[in-house]
Amino acid sequence: MATDTEIDTNLAQLERVARRRRRQHAEQLVVTWLLRTAALISIFTTVGIVIILVAQSAGFFAEVSVWKFLTGTEWAPLFSPQEFGVLSLVGGTLLVAVIAGIVSLTLGLGAAVFLSEYAPEKLRKILKPILEVLAGIPTVVYGYFALTFVTPILQDIFGDDRVIVFNALSAGIVMGLMIMPMVSTLSEDAMVAVPRSLRDAAYALGATRFEVSTKVVIPSALSGIVASFILAVSRAIGETMIVKIAAGATPNLTLNPFESIQAMTAYIVQVSLGETPQGSLEYKTIFAVGLLLFAMTLAMNIIGRWVISRFRQQYE
Amino acid sequence: MNNTNSAPTKRQRLHTVRVLRDRIFVVGFVLAVVAGMLGLVALLVDVLVDGLPFLNWNFLSSYASRKPLESGILAPLAGTVWIVGMTALLTIPIGVGTAIYLEEFASKNRLNRLIELNIANLAGVPSVIYGLLGLAVFVQFLFNGSRNVTAGALTMTLLILPIVVIASQEAIKAVPSNYRDAAYAMGANRWQVVKSIVLPQALPGMMSGIILALSRAIGESAPILIISSLVWVTFVPASPDSKFTVLPLQIFTWISQPQHAFRGIAAAGIIVLLVVLLSMNGVAIWIRSKYQSRPEQ
Repeated sequence: MATDTEIDTNLAQLERVARRRRRQHAEQLVVTWLLRTAALISIFTTVGIVIILVAQSAGFFAEVSVWKFLTGTEWAPLFSPQEFGVLSLVGGTLLVAVIAGIVSLTLGLGAAVFLSEYAPEKLRKILKPILEVLAGIPTVVYGYFALTFVTPILQDIFGDDRVIVFNALSAGIVMGLMIMPMVSTLSEDAMVAVPRSLRDAAYALGATRFEVSTKVVIPSALSGIVASFILAVSRAIGETMIVKIAAGATPNLTLNPFESIQAMTAYIVQVSLGETPQGSLEYKTIFAVGLLLFAMTLAMNIIGRWVISRFRQQYE
Repeated sequence: MNNTNSAPTKRQRLHTVRVLRDRIFVVGFVLAVVAGMLGLVALLVDVLVDGLPFLNWNFLSSYASRKPLESGILAPLAGTVWIVGMTALLTIPIGVGTAIYLEEFASKNRLNRLIELNIANLAGVPSVIYGLLGLAVFVQFLFNGSRNVTAGALTMTLLILPIVVIASQEAIKAVPSNYRDAAYAMGANRWQVVKSIVLPQALPGMMSGIILALSRAIGESAPILIISSLVWVTFVPASPDSKFTVLPLQIFTWISQPQHAFRGIAAAGIIVLLVVLLSMNGVAIWIRSKYQSRPEQ
């Protein structure tokens, strides 16, 4: 039988434990609540972006019809008569993005095949980080490089009279260089995920390394490669500084890469830098263009990630 | 069997062609890698040749000027330090908090899946869009048209938040689950496990991810260009509601000048920017390699 004093000390101990438990539990509740709030900030950001873009461009679309905006080919909001055909901005953006896509796909896919199928592990470990440095260089630096290095070379090759100082080709090539590591890294991941057994089967039939790469690995990794390309081009569409610095400020619906164009992003920045009064129709155009840009890149990102997730299911 | 001297059979010729094609394309694949590296080298050489003659103490310690040779980067350097400092203070708790919530606390319900999907989407939103968001919400709504450091830092926080969250999630995922199980078995609750087991283990990985995200914030110009818009800042920001400029924005301003001499100044600014970024990347890689001890499973 326990004495009364023993029972008292046991009770006091139990009470201390219970108090500590309650405190820990309260602490956990508060922390959970704080963490959930932090997580919700990302949702608020998306909602904020959509609300701002839609609300600000609503004023614009009250005066200019959506149809005219999306199908017009003249863009001259700062002159009179004002024209609001966004196609010439979209055309400029796509021209640069297509050039960047061609450059990044050629270089990126070639590099991915080399790294995944040919390079020994040691060489791969050295080359990959070097290529990825390209993705970390600020875009303003690429803009400088395009304007002061690539454009003069293009003018030497094709002639000063044909290549304008600010041109789509120079911006596109440099942007291709910038997004190349994105294509090569994601494509290589897809190629590495192709099961060894498929390659071995082809080698056993006497295939050369090139045949294994192009007839077995690339087709098997195709959806990963396509996804990397879509995501990289989406990045190119949203890029601002290279096109602002090197591609010009002339809204121009053209297929000639030697000409000066204006990209959607470059237009947004141009108006923000200028003296356009807040609340004016010209000012609201940047939100309308921004909304279109947001919709375009979002669609491409969703498609790109959907392709990747389908691909993952294939082999994992 | 005496056909060793006769003409090669069709099969042998085909084999030669295939091997030849194999060799030729190896060269092509190598060239793709080389082209990427040559692009990088050309870029660095271009910038160094143009910028090194302008790089001196005077350049680091003076303000921007209308005369190229008297121009310096003191104001944008200070602005960049302000922006990065405030962005770090805001991003680290929110980003790490989000990652902990998603990895350790959240059940896999619809809301939490939506949050994850949403973060992936935010990572792909063009930076110029964040600039528009910051202009409308922070500059015009929150600060009544004042284009100040806080508005810039808040915008940058939203921009790099997805990167910080994703990097922190990776770091948390890398903590072996038996560490957690051991702590739970001893009666620890969720927060205690996170506080005393998961966070210390995941810290190096998180830190290198955060440093890389902050270096992204240092190099970004488009959103700051929309937020700040001011091009000739000749003072060091004194408080969070000062006007400001940052390094890439000042470089852009110089590139846009018609006088050719400003090109060299711009290149000198680029060298400073690249040195800052490379040292941050170096620190991130160093942290990762120093603490990347693989725990035995």
